[in-house]
Order: sequence, then C-alpha cells, then structure tokens
Amino acid sequence: MNGFTPFMRALGAVVWKDLQAERRSRELISAMLVFAMLVILIFNFALELESNIRANVTAGVLWVTFTFAGQLGLNRSMAVEKDRGCLDGLLLAPVDRAAIYLGKTLANWVFMLLVAAIVLPIYSVLYNTNLFIPGLVLVILLGSEGYVAVGTLLSTMAVQARTRDILLPILLFPVVIPVLVAAVKATGGFLQGLDISEILPYINMLIVYDVVFTAVAFMVFDSVVEE
Amino acid sequence: MTAIIEVSRLIKRFGPKVVLRQLDFQVEQGEFVALLGPNGAGKTTFLRILSSLSRPTMGSVSVAGFTLPHQAANVRRRLGVVSHMPLLYGDLSAEENLLFYGRMYAVDQLATRMDEVFEQVGLTLRRRDLVRTFSRGMQQRLAIGRAILHDPEVLLLDEPHTGLDQDACDMLDRALRQVAVRGRTLVMTSHDLARAEDLASRFDVLTRGTIQGSISRQDMPRDGLLAYYRQMLEQSQKPGSARQAEAAL
Repeated sequence: MNGFTPFMRALGAVVWKDLQAERRSRELISAMLVFAMLVILIFNFALELESNIRANVTAGVLWVTFTFAGQLGLNRSMAVEKDRGCLDGLLLAPVDRAAIYLGKTLANWVFMLLVAAIVLPIYSVLYNTNLFIPGLVLVILLGSEGYVAVGTLLSTMAVQARTRDILLPILLFPVVIPVLVAAVKATGGFLQGLDISEILPYINMLIVYDVVFTAVAFMVFDSVVEE
Repeated sequence: MTAIIEVSRLIKRFGPKVVLRQLDFQVEQGEFVALLGPNGAGKTTFLRILSSLSRPTMGSVSVAGFTLPHQAANVRRRLGVVSHMPLLYGDLSAEENLLFYGRMYAVDQLATRMDEVFEQVGLTLRRRDLVRTFSRGMQQRLAIGRAILHDPEVLLLDEPHTGLDQDACDMLDRALRQVAVRGRTLVMTSHDLARAEDLASRFDVLTRGTIQGSISRQDMPRDGLLAYYRQMLEQSQKPGSARQAEAAL
C-alpha cells in the first residue's frame, strides 16, 4: 500500500504533462485528425457503393483509420520524449517505471479516443450510417486500449532506433492483428444488428487481449528502457 | 571525509567494444570534480552509469551508500543530472516543467521550493513563459533548476557548457558555484579546461576508458591544468600504458 500513492502520483504527473503539452501545441491531435479525415474522405470516393454495402465496409474503414492515425500519434508521443532527452529525465526520476508506462499509455488512449469522438460523427454524415450505438462505443474503448497498450511499449523500443518511423509499424501491426480482427468483427456485428451472442466472443477476445498485453507491457517496460 | 561515490574495477562493454576498462574512481562529499578527457574517452558512458541510466558490465558502483544497479531508485532520489540536452518540455512553461519534475520526485513544499529554485537560477521573471521561447542559456539554467529541485546530494553534469555563449556560460558557472557552496558534490565532464580549472576542486583525466591521473587544486603544478592534461594524454599514448589496460581485461 506504501508504494501505491507514489505510483499514482507519478502516473498522474505523466498524464498531466502529456495532456498539458498537447493542449498547448496541438501537434499530435491535429496530425492524427487530419490524417483520419483524409483516410475517410479517400475511402468515401474510392468506395462509391450502395448504402447497404457501405454498412458492411464501415467496420474495416473505421479501424484502418484508427490504426494508422493511432500509429502516427504513438510515434510522435515518444519522439517528443526522445528528441529533447526528456526520456532520460523521466527515467532518472525515482519512481516505478511502470507508472511512466501507464501514464504514457493513458495519455495516448485519451488522444486516440478524442480522434474517434471527432471522426465518428463525420463518418456518420459522409457514409450515411448510424454509428451512435452504445455497443460500438464499448468496442472502440476496448480496441483502442489494446492498441495503445502494445503501441506505447513498442514505440518506446522503436524510438531508440534511427529508423523509428519505419520500425514502429513493422513491430506493431503483427502484434495487434488479434485486437484489430476482434474489433472489426465486433464493430461489424453491431452495425449489422447481429444478436449479442454472436458478437460476445469478439468482445471477450478484446477484454482478454487488453488484460494480457497491458499486464505484459506493464511488467517488461523497465527492461525495455534499460540501456 | 566520507566517499559519496565509489567505483571499483568498472568495465563497460558495448558488444565487442570496451568503453570503460577497470575504472577506479572515488569522490568525497563536497568535492567538485572535473572529469576531463578527449572525445570517445568514455566520460558520458561513465556518467550514464553513475546516474543509473546504463548498467555496468562488471565492477562495483555505489552512490551515497547505495549500489548500482540494484538500488537504483535510492540512487536516483539523491542525484541530479544536467546534460548538454536540457531534458525539458518545450511546450510547457518553466513553472510547469518544474511542477512536473517536482511531482515525479515527490518534493515537499513544492511551491516554496520552486520559488527558491527560480530565484537561484535567475528565472523568476520568465517562469510563466514557454520553455521553447527560451534561449539556449536560459534553458540550461532551467535545466540546473530542474536538477537541483529535489536538493540532491550529488549533481552530475555532462558537458553543461556545450552550445552556450560567454554570458550564458558565466551565468551557468555562477549557478554551479551556488550549488557547490551548499556543500553538494559535483562531478562535471568538460572540454573547457579554463572553465573547469576555475570551478572544480579536483581534476581527473579519463582516457581510453580509465582514469589516467587525478590532481587536486592545491597540488596543481605551476604551469596549470592544461600542462597537466597534456602530460596525462601523452602518458596514455605510450605503448606500455595501452598494453597494461588491455592486459587488465
């Protein structure tokens, strides 16, 4: 219990720092948003399909958008730490390094959810599809958590390399395939109005992925940042 | 006097490359040690090991009575580090940067301590400005403020004068003297012999991954630090010296 308060204080400080810096610069969110809008727009023109077919591709388009926009954000989030030596500043602090990992993950999650909150209404209008379904919100919450949990860890590894921009997607995408498959299937299920019993296995898969990968990343972060 | 930093037979390898070779180093409380040496001598690697950012391959390292890497958190609590990079967030104000680090170090009475630190580094009037609007010299002064915020027993400085103009260097030196006067221990790597001679109480020359020589201010020969430094470099170039270092490994 003694270590809980310092842990939470460090975690809170990292989240506060990332949100405050982003509130000032708006570098990360604006890059992610512009990219997400472009992807949606391109798909909108590329898939000139009937409305019922559009509903079928919505899940895929949405998650492609979130995945690539998220990757952009993950890269930038760690590059800011590395470029000015701030990662060393974080690692020099006498705190549990897992708190640094969780803080960065939470901040990245917030950024990804903000992008989703803006993208969803715009997508609804452009594709004439109702995306305001509570189940879909749950899928986005779970899917993006799994994605940033792994992504934050791997971007910390990739940022040490000169080829970090290329390295991150190569490392990240194979590992997040299960979360993306489950998220696309669950999203598609909700949009097509399938019975909850058909969607539930994918929701369960997302929960298991989130718990396992967040726990693994939490445990190995200290070794990853060790020189 | 008690040793606050004790390093014995330290070896650091990066793959096949040996950077530090059986390095022995000891610093007593309150000393200001200037660690001098050519590029590639291993100064930065050595400071990274002392600051717990890098693990030693072999040998023992202890800071303030705690051994590395096993008691790293205890060491970090007692250390401040200033490098040629400011370790500051450009999109946060000076105040927010110190607030963030203060929370990470769990500094007591943080607001009062921040006032003291801003006063000490001469940035009180700019504390609400974004760090990215600061000159290099101001950023480096704030970096010192960040490093001393939790009142560390030991301050490690890795070429802190890099990229600073004359005035900024002078201001930085004043800030460092203030820290030294408070009885804190400082270890600073530098290529600027004149500044090092002006600031430090002891001078160690690190070449080829080992301490070639060490001399205190009182024992400095009349021809000064530059002559001593050159003499140490010449000694390290002698074939016997290199062979001894290789044999030791």
